[in-house]
Amino acid sequence: MSPQLLASLPVMLPMTGLVLCLAFWRALVLQRVVMLCVAGSLLVAAVAILMRTSTGEVLAVRLGGWPAEVAITLVIDQTSAIMVLLNAIVAVAAAVYSLGGIDRAREHSAYYALLCGLFAAVSGAFTTADLFNLYVWFEVMLMSSFVLLSLGGRRDQIEGAIKYVTLNLISSTLFLAAIGLTYAMLGTLNMALLSERLAAAENPELFTPVAAIFLVAFSIKSAAFPFFYWLPASYHTPPSVISAVFAGLLTKVGVYVMIRFFGLMFPATHPDAGMVYQIILWLAGLSMVTGVVSAAAQMNMRRILSFHIISQIGYMLMGLGIAGAALAKAAHEGDPQGTLTAAGTLAMTGAIFYILHHIVVKANLFLVAGIVERICGSGDLDKIGGLYAARPGLAVLFLIPALSLAGIPVLSGFWSKFVLVRAGLEAEAYWIVAVSLAVGAMTLFSMLKIWIYVFWKPSPEGAEAHDPGRDPSVGPMRWQYIGSAFLACITVAIGLLAGQAIGLGEIGAAQILDGTAYKDAALDRVGNAGVVGQEAAP
Amino acid sequence: MHLLMAITIGLMYAAGLYMMLRRSIIKLLIGLCLLSHGSNLLIFTAAGLTRANPPLIRPGDTAMPGPHTDPLPPALILTAIVISFAILAFASVLVKRAYEEVGSDDLDQMRTTDR
Repeated sequence: MSPQLLASLPVMLPMTGLVLCLAFWRALVLQRVVMLCVAGSLLVAAVAILMRTSTGEVLAVRLGGWPAEVAITLVIDQTSAIMVLLNAIVAVAAAVYSLGGIDRAREHSAYYALLCGLFAAVSGAFTTADLFNLYVWFEVMLMSSFVLLSLGGRRDQIEGAIKYVTLNLISSTLFLAAIGLTYAMLGTLNMALLSERLAAAENPELFTPVAAIFLVAFSIKSAAFPFFYWLPASYHTPPSVISAVFAGLLTKVGVYVMIRFFGLMFPATHPDAGMVYQIILWLAGLSMVTGVVSAAAQMNMRRILSFHIISQIGYMLMGLGIAGAALAKAAHEGDPQGTLTAAGTLAMTGAIFYILHHIVVKANLFLVAGIVERICGSGDLDKIGGLYAARPGLAVLFLIPALSLAGIPVLSGFWSKFVLVRAGLEAEAYWIVAVSLAVGAMTLFSMLKIWIYVFWKPSPEGAEAHDPGRDPSVGPMRWQYIGSAFLACITVAIGLLAGQAIGLGEIGAAQILDGTAYKDAALDRVGNAGVVGQEAAP
Repeated sequence: MHLLMAITIGLMYAAGLYMMLRRSIIKLLIGLCLLSHGSNLLIFTAAGLTRANPPLIRPGDTAMPGPHTDPLPPALILTAIVISFAILAFASVLVKRAYEEVGSDDLDQMRTTDR
């Protein structure tokens, strides 16, 4: 298959699914089949893409056949390919889980079409090489998520949606304003060209205030400190499969964009790079601490997990911050032994690997929370219990992602924390390493709290008997178990094949830090990135 | 002219944020509206305000005439206007539903999800 076609598939497949789902408006069975086919084919396409990019190839496509500077360019390097693969994995799990985890009324309200739209937008944000396009994909993503969040219209959903909509729209407005200022300063919106023009600019420091606006906009999207309040107010309100997709993908799009944007615009040679990455490092530390401390005070399963998203975002930003700060220090003060450069590369690898591990684990925890809520009729820790005796299989399904999140050895979370901590020690960023280890211990505390309340303690007196299997508005529960087990298997696989998975991240990190392969592909300098429709152009 | 535009944009942002900080959800909606229009004006102004020809190729010509304005920022703004229109339409419905569910337009009454 030609690289151009392959590179456009992550967006085209879910988009096709969206159209088909709308076409089969009344035929729910067909919509389900379409959703499953889209998710499955997306997974196949993502694996095919990753197999090509892991050899160092960068796929690119210029839709419409325009020259590189003005075309709608999609570029997939190793990092993008990993992200697209994760998007596909979450899509498969969500498609299967939805067969048993979503009620008929929602299914009839364009649920599958919206889900396809969300996956298309996430793929688009992961692959686009143009800032304005990124804005458009963000809006597509927001629009689908707004509707998915409020679908059903219960009071708590509507209230959560108002907070979610407001803060995300402020972020979009800031993003748009920053795009306008960027275009005025550098005369293009192609990220590769922006990077080169900024590097050649006479006063590259002038761009730093604009970058600050970008940082705020992306921090709101990724729910980093202090812009995270929309997340715990809304993520526990929709059906669990919707919040699982949100929790897995949406905030990580923000983190990915931060890595991509700052990696391209603030390479180590930029005079302000040291300062910018120090700020990111502080944001990382504060996100980790506030997230985990707030989670300790919560008594609802999905709210605890929501606060943990914030602390986990901190770990990813920690990787980006350590990498940037170490490399900037190496570039400005010299690095005779090469230790700082090595630490920086390792930290970037850690950030990418952390996202890889986290998306799977976090989505799965929300899926398990959904099963628990269905069995017990509630997610409040006080009202439920005794599940270990009643459903030992479910307990195992919970323990795998929960222990992985906390960083217990052999599971994927241990390796991701291990890489970050080692990079931090080598870069001599001791305080952030100390913070991250303490936060890891507190994460374990939170997971044990859920474990003890939900699984170990006996079911509280007066909890009404709840028969989950008989609810006619939702499908059979086995689909929920299968969807969740799929993600659990992937978590175990990442843990056992950690060497290979970290190797994938290493290639991505090297490409992000070097940048030439991405820029050459985005600006069509290598010739392997042909132009679709070139023959027809005059 | 640039100064005037800059002050206008600043005022729109300030007014928008002020409205969003009020307790009424209708004012929140108006605030969002002002913010997005402020951003559109910002793109328009930042790209440069010049007296020049419109960026159109006349019949028979092969290139654009003389000094012409940059066509890209208006194109960006058009896209942004369409998007913000759709989102504000959604937000209006959401606000109406919130009013029906909560029975009040007071944001301080909407705390059930924060506990």
